[in-house]
Amino acid sequence: MKYRCTICGYIYEPEAGDPGSGIAPGTPFEDLPDDWVCPVCGATKDQFEPADD
Amino acid sequence: MQTYEIKKDIHWVGAVDWTIRDFHGYSTYQGTSYNAFLMLDEKNVLFDTVKKPLKSDLIHRIRSIIDPEKIDYIVVNHVEMDHSGSLPEIVKLVKPEKIICSKMGHKNLLDHFHQPDWPYHVVNDGESISVGKRSITFLETRMLHWPDSMFSYIPEEKLLISSDAFGQHLGSSERFDDEVDQSFLMHEAAKYYANILTLYSPLVQKLLKRVAELGIEIDMIAPDHGIIWRKNPGLILEAYQRWSAQEGSEKAVVIYDTMWHSTEMMAKAVADGIESQGVSVKLIDLQVSHRSDAMTDVLDAKGVVLGCPTLNNGLLPRMAGFLMYMRGLRPTNKFGAAFGSYGWSGESVKLMNKAMEEMKFDIIHSGLRVKYVPTHDSLKECVELGKLMGKTIKDSFK
Repeated sequence: MKYRCTICGYIYEPEAGDPGSGIAPGTPFEDLPDDWVCPVCGATKDQFEPADD
Repeated sequence: MQTYEIKKDIHWVGAVDWTIRDFHGYSTYQGTSYNAFLMLDEKNVLFDTVKKPLKSDLIHRIRSIIDPEKIDYIVVNHVEMDHSGSLPEIVKLVKPEKIICSKMGHKNLLDHFHQPDWPYHVVNDGESISVGKRSITFLETRMLHWPDSMFSYIPEEKLLISSDAFGQHLGSSERFDDEVDQSFLMHEAAKYYANILTLYSPLVQKLLKRVAELGIEIDMIAPDHGIIWRKNPGLILEAYQRWSAQEGSEKAVVIYDTMWHSTEMMAKAVADGIESQGVSVKLIDLQVSHRSDAMTDVLDAKGVVLGCPTLNNGLLPRMAGFLMYMRGLRPTNKFGAAFGSYGWSGESVKLMNKAMEEMKFDIIHSGLRVKYVPTHDSLKECVELGKLMGKTIKDSFK
């Protein structure tokens, strides 16, 4: 499931991961480390919501 | 050209934009200024530049103080082109040792100017650099209002160079808060907050808390637009605390468009009802009011009542445009209601209610629709809707 940053709108897509922060493609959102932050604006994980579209 | 020494050896060298009247969708009747600052020390530092067409103002002002090639560092607090537009030319002229920016600032500079060879010096949040007698502490303020935004704080001067935060689109030969009319100043500061920062209110709250916790002393706030807060920086800090808390006030706005004055008649009746409860009301006709002025009135309103006829099963474009604009700014903690005259299908009220639901407004009435021209009785219902809104607002402040 994709997740949206409620601060800046960035969408985390598990298939893409976040290579810039060392997150491999295929990593589900739940498996992201607790200290992972939005690569665009720095928001923490708890500021993300499921993106159902 | 005139320069202004804001602290010893720290000069305002920016540009006043007297002619800008539209700032990507924000009406700027007072023009604006792009503030840049030159700090002289063992290392000479230029904080930001100006929008490209005004580049020569910046260069002339710098030259009247020092030879631009004597500038050692350029600090880029924010990459948006009203501040970085002249940067490529300034970099060519100055040949700086360092271009200091945040991590996102570095990324954004590359994506704006495509110059991988510039002498970037990325600073982390809270990092400090000494420039001689003084030092600069950089505070990242991501999403206030861009990912690259940061503040430069000079502790020895108690000076906060705050980039876009605390700014106003106010073009003037005056540079300081105590030199301009206070209610005019606060209106422009409120319009600026309403149209640029409303959606980042939770971040503003966090920032204000952080500044308080850091215990940093500030006796001057120098934003990159408008006047500098030297007499009363506390005033704008308190205003930001209030605006970001989004508590509203005993005020409602009735924002509408109309085709044959029927919705307008309903709007006046609603406003009358609100007024009868002792609540301040502003009636805003989107045909003559700019969206950014309407938004300024939404900022401190507790109630938002929207009125629009139905055109081709939808809203009139001005209302649709305003709703898109308002939704993007994410105002919260409001009471809402909608009304409109219609001819046959009448979807507008449903559409306005849907938009307000998405904004999580507390919708206090299912909405009023009137076929074509309202009767006296249907206008009385509009007054009742207004009275309900007024009473709901009043009760919420008890």
